[in-house]
Amino acid sequence: MATAAAHAGHDAHDDHKPSFFSRWFLSTNHKDIGTLYLVFAFMAGIIGAFLSFGIRMEMEEPGLQYFSNPATYNVFVTGHGLIMVFFMVMPALIGGFGNWFVPLMIGAPDMAFPRMNNVSFWLTVSGFACLLCSLFVEGSPGASGAGTGWTVYPPLSSAAGHPGPAVDFAIFSLHLAGAGSILGAINFITTILNMRAPGMTLHKMPLFAWAELVTAFLLLLSLPVLAGAITMLLTDRNFGTTFFDPAGGGDPVLYQHLFWFFGHPEVYVMILPAFGIVSHIIATFSKKPVFGYLAMAYAMVAIGVVGFVVWAHHMYTVGLSLQTQSYFVFATMVIAVPTGVKIFSWIATMWGGSIRFTAAMHWAVGFIFLFTVGGVTGVVLANSSVDKYLHDTYYVVAHFHYVLSLGAVFIIFAGVYYWFPKMTGHVIPEWAGKLHFWLAFIGANVLFFPMHFLGLAGMPRRYADYPEAFAGWHKVATLGGHIFALGMVVFVIGIVLAFRSKTRAADNPWGEGATTLEWTLSSPPPFHQFETLPKIVDEPAH
Amino acid sequence: MTDASDRRRHAARGTRWTVLACTGMVLGMGGLALASAPLYDMFCKATGFNGTPRVGAAAEASADATLAPLSVRFDTNVAKGLPWRFQAEQTRVDVVPGRTATVFFKVTNAGREPAKGIAVFNVQPDLMGSYFVKVQCFCFDEHTLQPGESAEFPLVFYVDPALRKDPDVGDLEEMTLSYTYFPSKNGAPVAEGPKPRATTTNF
Repeated sequence: MATAAAHAGHDAHDDHKPSFFSRWFLSTNHKDIGTLYLVFAFMAGIIGAFLSFGIRMEMEEPGLQYFSNPATYNVFVTGHGLIMVFFMVMPALIGGFGNWFVPLMIGAPDMAFPRMNNVSFWLTVSGFACLLCSLFVEGSPGASGAGTGWTVYPPLSSAAGHPGPAVDFAIFSLHLAGAGSILGAINFITTILNMRAPGMTLHKMPLFAWAELVTAFLLLLSLPVLAGAITMLLTDRNFGTTFFDPAGGGDPVLYQHLFWFFGHPEVYVMILPAFGIVSHIIATFSKKPVFGYLAMAYAMVAIGVVGFVVWAHHMYTVGLSLQTQSYFVFATMVIAVPTGVKIFSWIATMWGGSIRFTAAMHWAVGFIFLFTVGGVTGVVLANSSVDKYLHDTYYVVAHFHYVLSLGAVFIIFAGVYYWFPKMTGHVIPEWAGKLHFWLAFIGANVLFFPMHFLGLAGMPRRYADYPEAFAGWHKVATLGGHIFALGMVVFVIGIVLAFRSKTRAADNPWGEGATTLEWTLSSPPPFHQFETLPKIVDEPAH
Repeated sequence: MTDASDRRRHAARGTRWTVLACTGMVLGMGGLALASAPLYDMFCKATGFNGTPRVGAAAEASADATLAPLSVRFDTNVAKGLPWRFQAEQTRVDVVPGRTATVFFKVTNAGREPAKGIAVFNVQPDLMGSYFVKVQCFCFDEHTLQPGESAEFPLVFYVDPALRKDPDVGDLEEMTLSYTYFPSKNGAPVAEGPKPRATTTNF
């Protein structure tokens, strides 16, 4: 596919790295910034997981065991949600893998704006620092931290519900992380549209680059709306405006419309890059080009476009007219079509392929299965009549954890096992990746599947206590959480073993199925690559 | 050589154009978000969305006595921080869609200081908002009441006969108009009224 390998030796000649401080704190190198993002996402993920562990411990039994004040429990729920969305999944999939592999895959020497890339990263870190600050200042009366849920709905998040500054800190945190993501999105769009290697047309571009391109557009169009909504909330809280306060003719429902106009594209922001990665892994380990390349690319575009016109399915209970509800039910179900195209194309890629069940392939196939479960419950919830019964119950919690925790997070791990040899030159033992997968697969299912039953039985979200009747499945779910956590230990052991072992990764450890440009470079790639641009010869893309 | 520099210049132009377009999109979406409050307000007033009653001239539609009458209930509230009493003369009135009705509301300042208030309103169910037309209402003006002073305000309204053709709410027999008096400062309602005593605020 490319002739870059011939130049690898020449590139290595320029492989002088800056000193530690300038390399990691003033970095303008897309691979180093990608590494920073991945390390940051891992650390934020540990904190987010710790918060979810607090939730699961409390929910193991009815009554209040660990939280004397239920408001603090809600702070844990909020912190878990915001951290996992903005500081774990997005930095890992977009900042981490996106920065690392978009330039490599399209044959570019770096991102279009390397310094802006650095600014994006440190804005994200500052946002995280702000969020951590919010945990330790007063929120609702008598409790510290913002217990508003990740949606930050007024009036709970306005001065009436949270008079303390915790919500202001959370809003600033989202401002900073949002600004970082918008700058990152501009960087990705400019890079992908202008810096592809000669011969790489958009229709030959790898699917991961397509995924990041669509994601960047979603961020660009949705994040300013969130920024506007939370800015209005901020002025409502501090400067006496009444955008969302009925006392001055405002309307809290407007906040919900604005939030979900951002929030729904945001869930595709989290899953589209994962779609891109899973396509490469499935194709690589089936030793076949991906089935229906163009349909796969345009399915992502369609998901992105339709994702902007379905937001009100998150708010069926606010009193929409029947026609409005019918529209949103229909539009939401339309999304199942391009998503189905992707699922079936992955299966068709595997069909008749020479499949190797490596660790990365385990995660990718596990993803297809679990994401489909989450997709099916999504179609159930899309029905406004059903949703009115299930709104804000554990059924919804189960649904979005199947698509995010078992979808996006599984593919973050799949990406790590797939690209770790390329990124570091070290090899994670396959047994560690597979053991991690089975622990995570069993753990996550034991953790989240019972939540469907809890939700159908009427267990509401965001309550620290519950009636005795729900105790059984909550206990099972907590057990699943422990199994999943055990998997994380195996993950860390695998990484430590990889760095300690003397085995070095080959330039292309996965053999002939891996056809994208990053595998033509050394492992790890030289500090600067593609100074002579690779030429893409006419060959069907993958 | 010139070929390479040409290409570089071409790429730089492409990059500049992309960045400008992206920045435009961000600013455009951000601007729309910030403009959403007045836009949403206009949208609600124009369509009666979310329980916003319409404001109109006298009933233009002729009353059709064959239409089933509707019972309109009145709900009156006073927000925290305003020591007022607020009642409707009747708690409910039966109207035939298309026929104008008048109801008086009485408000009394039971506090010891003069106070300003402004009423905001909402219709339930939300979907009835577009059929409830106010001809005259006291809810758009600020009122100042001296201690012990009372005032009576009329509400003149009619229910649009088109209600009976609505597939969602056409067969309803009841609706509620809810008013809440909020303390007002300079014409703008504020969450809390003027504080009677100086309180320490650590801001």
